[in-house]
Amino acid sequence: MTYRHDTGGHRWTFADLKELMAKATPLRSGDQLAGIAAGSAEENIVAKICLADVPLKRFLNEPLIPYETDEVTRLIIDTHDAAAFAPISHMTVGEFRNFLLSDAATPTVLAGLTRGMTPEMAAAVSKLMRNQDLISVAKKCRVVTKFRDTIGLPGTMAVRLQPNHPTDDWGGIAASILDGLLYGCGDAVIGINPASDSLSAVTELLYRLDDIIGRFAIPTQGCVLTHATTSIDLIGKGVPVDLVFQSVAGTEAANRSFGVDLALLREARDAARSLHRGTVGDNVMYFETGQGSALSAAAHHGVDQQTCEARAYAVCRPFEPLLVNTVVGFIGPEYLYDGKQIVRAGLEDHFCGKLLGLPMGCDICYTNHAEADQDDMDTLLTLLATAGVTYVMGVPGADDVMLNYQSTAFHDSLYIRDLLSLGRAPEFEAWLRDMRIAGKDGRILNHGAGHRLLPLAGTP
Amino acid sequence: MTAHVTADFWAALGMRTPARIALGRSGSSLPTDRVLEFSLAHARARDAVHAPFDADGVTAAIRSLGFDTIGVTSAVPDRATYLRRPDLGRVLSDDSRAALRAGGIGPVDLAIVVADGLSSAAIHAQAPLFLAALRPWIAAERWTVGPVAIAQQARVAFGDAVGELMRARAVLVLIGERPGLSSPDSLGLYLTYAPRVGRNDSERNCVSNIRAEGLSHALAAFKLVWLLREALRRGLTGVRLKDDSDMLLVTGKPPSALHQFDADSVGGGDVA
Repeated sequence: MTYRHDTGGHRWTFADLKELMAKATPLRSGDQLAGIAAGSAEENIVAKICLADVPLKRFLNEPLIPYETDEVTRLIIDTHDAAAFAPISHMTVGEFRNFLLSDAATPTVLAGLTRGMTPEMAAAVSKLMRNQDLISVAKKCRVVTKFRDTIGLPGTMAVRLQPNHPTDDWGGIAASILDGLLYGCGDAVIGINPASDSLSAVTELLYRLDDIIGRFAIPTQGCVLTHATTSIDLIGKGVPVDLVFQSVAGTEAANRSFGVDLALLREARDAARSLHRGTVGDNVMYFETGQGSALSAAAHHGVDQQTCEARAYAVCRPFEPLLVNTVVGFIGPEYLYDGKQIVRAGLEDHFCGKLLGLPMGCDICYTNHAEADQDDMDTLLTLLATAGVTYVMGVPGADDVMLNYQSTAFHDSLYIRDLLSLGRAPEFEAWLRDMRIAGKDGRILNHGAGHRLLPLAGTP
Repeated sequence: MTAHVTADFWAALGMRTPARIALGRSGSSLPTDRVLEFSLAHARARDAVHAPFDADGVTAAIRSLGFDTIGVTSAVPDRATYLRRPDLGRVLSDDSRAALRAGGIGPVDLAIVVADGLSSAAIHAQAPLFLAALRPWIAAERWTVGPVAIAQQARVAFGDAVGELMRARAVLVLIGERPGLSSPDSLGLYLTYAPRVGRNDSERNCVSNIRAEGLSHALAAFKLVWLLREALRRGLTGVRLKDDSDMLLVTGKPPSALHQFDADSVGGGDVA
């Protein structure tokens, strides 16, 4: 249906909900690239004013991408929980924002709503929210997941230790793992992006990870971030796979461009669970997402990139992932132009993911062709940690020497822990104390030479 | 500047990786000299993105290897547009499309595209060396190749349009990768079977990080040849074609049999 608004003698019209959503989105280069962004600052705000009056129910009746042609839409509609939706079913998007900010929206109430919300509802309300709203509501959402440790407890933030090496050289990777562990990082996962997708290279890395996690009894999980089909093959061959990684997006066609669909993800999840490698839980999936991936694959159906991103969280949800993170600034300036757009997108993604019940982390990052720098990362880290982000990345010196982008350093996680008194996953925190890496207050101890973790990296 | 800095005792491990490990700390934060080193590297990478592409120099170097070349451009008018409009970087300019059509090129087994991408420095430094390593394999396999297309302001999918017009069984795109702080000149390879406009990225195979400190030109050529041989045999590239070339490697090096074709062009430094 058409949406209209009269202001100052001008009648604004929006042909359908999809156009209204796109034009109500805070400015970003990806929507401009797609030709769907608001044409002026005023049109952007008028679209928000219109969107505020749209009933939440409308999103169930007017899918942005047709039910018949997109399995993600079918997933969203078919698994929508009407009973969970009932308490908010009478609200408009604007009223929903007021409710979320109110004292009535307690953590327990919000947890009860997750299956009643569609990603489009979460995206819509986020478009009406200021950064402080995205932070304060996300802070009220708690999502706890488990494999060998417990991630997402109040007052904690986890870190993915990302020890990438340009040629997958184990000596180099192990040196980065040691560095990260001695800086107290790695409770989310020790996750390697392999330079080579070859089965033999991935297999070797998985055996090496399994060896050090076992040998030093580290309460964490390993992951080599390869395609889900590769992980399924490896599980079939008896290779020790803790978590199955996969990049996902918010439309069927975008997922196809990644070489996956929902059936494959189900097969991957079931394969990983069949190994029973978790000790305190069986959340076995690790998903990455990021605004712009659907457009990048020419698979966005005219839907704005932030809404497509929220739909990706609907893809993650049924597979009960241990970890989900948006890789917010990785894709480049054609989607998120500068630090301002990256910061906003990071807060939106975290908010939408948490509202939908996901263990939402963020790779706070940028590339060298974007108008951003480490100051922007400091800003987003501080905001996201305040918002209760589940985990962030730990990359040596913030410089990923394999993927060629900048993220957050091990040091950055220490900074934010100090600033906001954030602990780690409790099992991992206890291990750091036992290993005399961190003290009782969680702060890193001054290590003497000859620390007993040193053999992890072999002999220098 | 060492007062109030806690040094890391495992600094010797820094020899093993270009990653920034054992940086030490001031309180919980990075020491001053580490922050400044990072800022300098970032400044250099930023400059690399905007450095102009020396198409003439690259053309001359590739011709000297015995390849024919053809200059082509995308629909992008300038660098600022290139960064914001990847769609235009995937499309041939009208002039280039006309030139390729008029050239009557093909059919060939392999079309080769050398594209500046996000780092012209990578093409300047790596493309001629990589093609020198690849050339003896092409001769040995008796693959027919089209003239190497030297492409300005181009993205990976640009190769699909070139490959289609050359009626190539597969297209290989050499492209300057996004500059990293420690790697402003890293080359990536993308191989696509049956190139045509509209192919998506899951239909390609990639070999990345080709540079002095990364994957050697000889090993990259070996991997590429393995992938191309499999692609032509099985009629596909992409996620269903896994790179199992390592299975054929002895001690992580390409087989010495390569040397019977043209040992000089492989570059002893790379193999050793």
